[in-house]
Amino acid sequence: MGLLNVFDVSGTGMAAQTLRLNTTASNIANAQSVAENPEDTYRARYPVFQAALVSQMDGNLNTPANAGVQVPGIVESQRDLVVRYEPDHPYANEEGYVTYPNVSVVEEMANMISASRSFQINVEVMNTAKSLAERVLTLGQ
Amino acid sequence: MKTTASVTPVNGFGERSVGRLVAAHYLERLGGPIKIGIDNALGIHPEALRLRAKRAELIANNIANADTPGFKARDIDFQSVLASRTGDRFSTSGVRRTDEQHMSLQNLQSTNGTHATLYRTALMPSLDGNSVDVQMEQTAFAQNSIQYLASLRFLNGRIQGMMSAIKGE
Repeated sequence: MGLLNVFDVSGTGMAAQTLRLNTTASNIANAQSVAENPEDTYRARYPVFQAALVSQMDGNLNTPANAGVQVPGIVESQRDLVVRYEPDHPYANEEGYVTYPNVSVVEEMANMISASRSFQINVEVMNTAKSLAERVLTLGQ
Repeated sequence: MKTTASVTPVNGFGERSVGRLVAAHYLERLGGPIKIGIDNALGIHPEALRLRAKRAELIANNIANADTPGFKARDIDFQSVLASRTGDRFSTSGVRRTDEQHMSLQNLQSTNGTHATLYRTALMPSLDGNSVDVQMEQTAFAQNSIQYLASLRFLNGRIQGMMSAIKGE
């Protein structure tokens, strides 16, 4: 039944947005994390969203048209790491520089707001589908 | 003086017999006994309900993919799908077939049925190729929900009508 597929579709959307929120939380939490090696320094992580297509437009109404969104993987930002001059830091190199993650907290905040809004909209859709399905159950009463 | 208004029996037939004769006459003109089935009684509404559910699914998918790069929003052309699904019985288009063997306009338009889902034209195209406008999708979803409820109400009315016909109250 079409309406129950809405639950699956919105569910994948919510799962994807939750993952995005997770990576955002991880990025913000590690914004100031330093490592002994510059190669081991934390890099900002972002999920990759992809549309999960079950069937192409075959015009058949009984096949589920789509299965929502899927996350094939998480990528690390290739932006330059932030280097700061802190000679007193225990992880400073010979020249006195410490390598910090390439996390932009402002960007992460914007990402977080976007993710939470998208999550809310998916919840809204699911709620509407639920109330419609409830109305179907009371049909003819 | 007391006057009584009554139907005069025609040619010696009773009141009921006349009614039966008239009914039989119309049945003959209709080409046999009236077909009564749940499907006929419910009319167009089950099909419309199924389509609305499908559209809800499509729009939910659009919303779920609101942040997917390169995703193109899709929607159903309700009129054409409904017309192609129900044949000419409930056709809302201007063209009507009077015979099944006539060429169908709907079939001409959709020889492979690919008209079912179409891509939405983006109001504001974004840099990542995503054509989902969440606000538009939300309004479309709300509209579709209302129409779904309307179909449900129509169905309910039909069922109530059948119930009262069965109970004879």
